[in-house]
Amino acid sequence: MSAMARTISYRQALRDALREALRQDPRVFLMGEDVGRYGGTYAVTLGLLDEFGPQRVRDTPLSELAFVGAGIGAALGGMRPIVEVMTVNFSLLALDPIVNSAALMHHMSGGQFSVPLVIRMATGAGRQVAAQHSHSFEGWYAHVPGLRILAPATVEDARGMLAPALADPDPVLLFEHAQLYNTEDEIADDVRVDIRSAKVRREGGDLSLITYGGSLPKALQAAQTLALDGISAEVIDLRVLRPLDDATIMASVRKCRRAVIVDEGWRSGSLSAELMARINEQAFFDLDAPPARVCSEEVPVPYAQHLEEAVLPQPAKIVAAVKTMMGRMP
Amino acid sequence: MTTTEAAPVSVPPPPTGPVPWDKPLALATLADMLRIRRMEEKCAELYGRQKIRGFLHLYIGEEAVAGGAMRLFDADDNIVATYREHAHALLRGVRMGAIMAEMYGKQEGCSRGRGGSMHLFDRATRFFGGQAIVGGGLPLAVGLALADKLCARAALTACFSGEGAIAEGAFHESMNLAALWKLPVLFCCENNLYAMGTALSRSESQTELCVKAASYGMPTMSVDGMDVVAVHEAVARVAPEVRAGCGPMFIEFRTYRFRAHSMFDPELYRDKREVEAWKTRGPIHTYTARLKAQGSLSEDEFLALDAKAQAEVDEAVAFAEAGTWEPVEAMLRDVNTQQPQHQG
Repeated sequence: MSAMARTISYRQALRDALREALRQDPRVFLMGEDVGRYGGTYAVTLGLLDEFGPQRVRDTPLSELAFVGAGIGAALGGMRPIVEVMTVNFSLLALDPIVNSAALMHHMSGGQFSVPLVIRMATGAGRQVAAQHSHSFEGWYAHVPGLRILAPATVEDARGMLAPALADPDPVLLFEHAQLYNTEDEIADDVRVDIRSAKVRREGGDLSLITYGGSLPKALQAAQTLALDGISAEVIDLRVLRPLDDATIMASVRKCRRAVIVDEGWRSGSLSAELMARINEQAFFDLDAPPARVCSEEVPVPYAQHLEEAVLPQPAKIVAAVKTMMGRMP
Repeated sequence: MTTTEAAPVSVPPPPTGPVPWDKPLALATLADMLRIRRMEEKCAELYGRQKIRGFLHLYIGEEAVAGGAMRLFDADDNIVATYREHAHALLRGVRMGAIMAEMYGKQEGCSRGRGGSMHLFDRATRFFGGQAIVGGGLPLAVGLALADKLCARAALTACFSGEGAIAEGAFHESMNLAALWKLPVLFCCENNLYAMGTALSRSESQTELCVKAASYGMPTMSVDGMDVVAVHEAVARVAPEVRAGCGPMFIEFRTYRFRAHSMFDPELYRDKREVEAWKTRGPIHTYTARLKAQGSLSEDEFLALDAKAQAEVDEAVAFAEAGTWEPVEAMLRDVNTQQPQHQG
């Protein structure tokens, strides 16, 4: 890190990015539930109302459909809205504007209209908030052509992804895993990241651990444990869930010849299933073993702590899956 | 439904009375309605010949709404419409040939053949579709109006929707947001009494639509949507107020479609006598009769306008016929906006 580096939280990094966007571009404004006076459900937008005023930091009613749709309209009208949907769970109430309007407008209009909209939302489980507040539906959104899906897993990405997302002429969805807001890291003052590529977060040679978002710290922890047993795991952070960076993924898989996918989503019909398919389509003859997955168990996420921990991907489960693949009993 | 035992159909009397306009406006309005009617009659014919496919929702019978309202919107205003939007696009200034070519699926169409009848778009005239999810256009209109307000532009967003949309949550959320933020949206509800096949009284506990809209604290108005004069006068009165920042307004246009919901609709849900009764209120012939009665229109003038509309239709069809199919190799274009990739 340069001399200009500093240690901040993922939350602070998001806030710094929002503040920078609001300062630099008068077309940018924020809206969402409790983003203003409350300061954001996860305190990401704390202080922004005081600095930028109620025209640019807009508290909305509990109307996900309308304020996400209004974000699309405002984008069509020349603004650069950043819409915060409190969590992915509530974004289901806005599926229609996201999927039927934002994603399709450019195509349906024969390329005449673009929707430069950024939608941020928290995702994921792990805080004992039970089934209705613990979904990981980013994989659903990654199904839809016309959307770009981002999953910042590091403080650097939390700081750096917003600017290129705002520069994108098309709708971009940012999924912030709720377990990451308090993570801290040292980042440069002038973070510049792309929103195209996956990144190797840890180099290795025995297998590729492919993951994103809230599962990245778990995968890195598992890799550390595996190293103690002499297994060298390469950890790939997808960062961009749509479009997937096949080149980075396949380069790692071809090198390591084994792949384990870690995804907090359920496995059936999922992003992890898509990754499995692509690995098989593109790197089948380079594999030494069938690819494996560590996903959430196929039940609604339970409230009780021991059960919630048991249904979610955990470092120990990842270690076990890897050891099984490597032919070593866990 | 059988007609033998049905109760007598009662409809309001046909629109009457003087047309308080100068002759150019009076005749231009008639010409607009004739252009819509002749274009859509041709669409129905072309659908039968399988030149137009997919869903086709005709506006025939409802011409007075677009015919009275559309000319009152400024170039800077935004228009959001539904899947029954041929008339709105045409009167907004989209060339009839581009509309027809779109319905043919040709790349000369106003949406390059990617949209079809339900998704007419035109950037040049700020025509934002062609939104085919019922109620889906309402929040977009709120956002367009928000952009105008944030930029201090004196423009309005006219949002057309059917009365069926009032049952959607999107309607209520959008009305609330528009009123809460005092946004310049003119909600134009085209109440043609049937949401596809479901009569208003079978879907709404409160069938007075203005009562619902008024509950959000915005001014409302109910207008005879078969009377192009009433439509025009109502919009002329309120549009400047909305544009000036007085907040949103809601107008219900009570209208009726003479044709089926779409070309797939066998019309089992309404009495044919009801349709015939409403035809006595037909927006074009009643308006024509009023103009003639007051000496503003001769039969020759009518025939000339009609011939001109028909000629425009013929030209549009020729344009569509001569149009070209987009090469299949280009099928993946316009999913994302083409631009140099952002450098991180």
